[in-house]
Amino acid sequence: MAINWFKYSAPSSFYGLAGKLIPWFAWPAAILFFVGMYIGFFVAPTDAVQSEAYRIIFIHVPASILSMIVYLVMAAYAALGLIFNTRLSSMMATALAPTGALLAFISLWTGALWGKPMWGAWWVWDARLTSELILLFLYLGFIALQASIEDPRRADRAGALLAIVGSVNVPIIYFSVQWWNTLHQGSSIKLSGTSMHIAMQQAMFTMLAALWLYVIAVALLRVRSIILERERNTQWVAELAEVKQ
Amino acid sequence: MNWSEFFAMKGYGLYVWGSYGVGLLVLVIEIILVRHRRKVVLHQLRLLGDVGNEDQK
Repeated sequence: MAINWFKYSAPSSFYGLAGKLIPWFAWPAAILFFVGMYIGFFVAPTDAVQSEAYRIIFIHVPASILSMIVYLVMAAYAALGLIFNTRLSSMMATALAPTGALLAFISLWTGALWGKPMWGAWWVWDARLTSELILLFLYLGFIALQASIEDPRRADRAGALLAIVGSVNVPIIYFSVQWWNTLHQGSSIKLSGTSMHIAMQQAMFTMLAALWLYVIAVALLRVRSIILERERNTQWVAELAEVKQ
Repeated sequence: MNWSEFFAMKGYGLYVWGSYGVGLLVLVIEIILVRHRRKVVLHQLRLLGDVGNEDQK
């Protein structure tokens, strides 16, 4: 049976598919969010060292992990668009950037609110915090660069170069706590085992799944608008039911 | 445990709820903006379609 894998690489066919997929990511995201919050606040025990303040972890760690993953996915889409000249890949990169920036912001914001009671400072210029701040600036730079170039295909290419070069920052964030002597603590979850209570892990991974699904849903929603904006002069857009009405 | 104790978070309420409050607010604003963008582009496309139809008359 021959499956045409490239069918959905055309913006016109992906537009419809994305529309059908959104509720399948959005609803599980909402449900998992409530489950994660319930476990995080009513099942997970109080921490012996950090008391109740540690509960910030259930939003801080998922947002931080995803700020890095979304960047790599964005850079990969941008690279695909650059190499294979596929418009949809570039549109996906553009659609992911604002969400990635928000995740980096949430990571820094919740980190500041966690740092103040635990370290006594909202901010320190340590390697982990500084490299995450650079990640936020990379997202904002990508968005600003694309917005400053009128021709969408040229904007795609310029953004792709920035995204690809900037991806070197992601392993720096990840390994910063091992490479440098940082104030930021190391990972609680390791391949060799974990120091976390099981309910704490469940809450963190449930929130991570919820946020991951949210990111996919909102990126699909955004890319549908980007497709319409860029394909506005085509026949298939003019014939869409939501345009004709 | 009563609710006021719960919200106090043993003195860390400001930090814990400040984190979740702003995090959630940011996501809600994103959803509103993304939906608004779709509304705007659909509105523009309908105007574009009307102009096209006028031309044909």
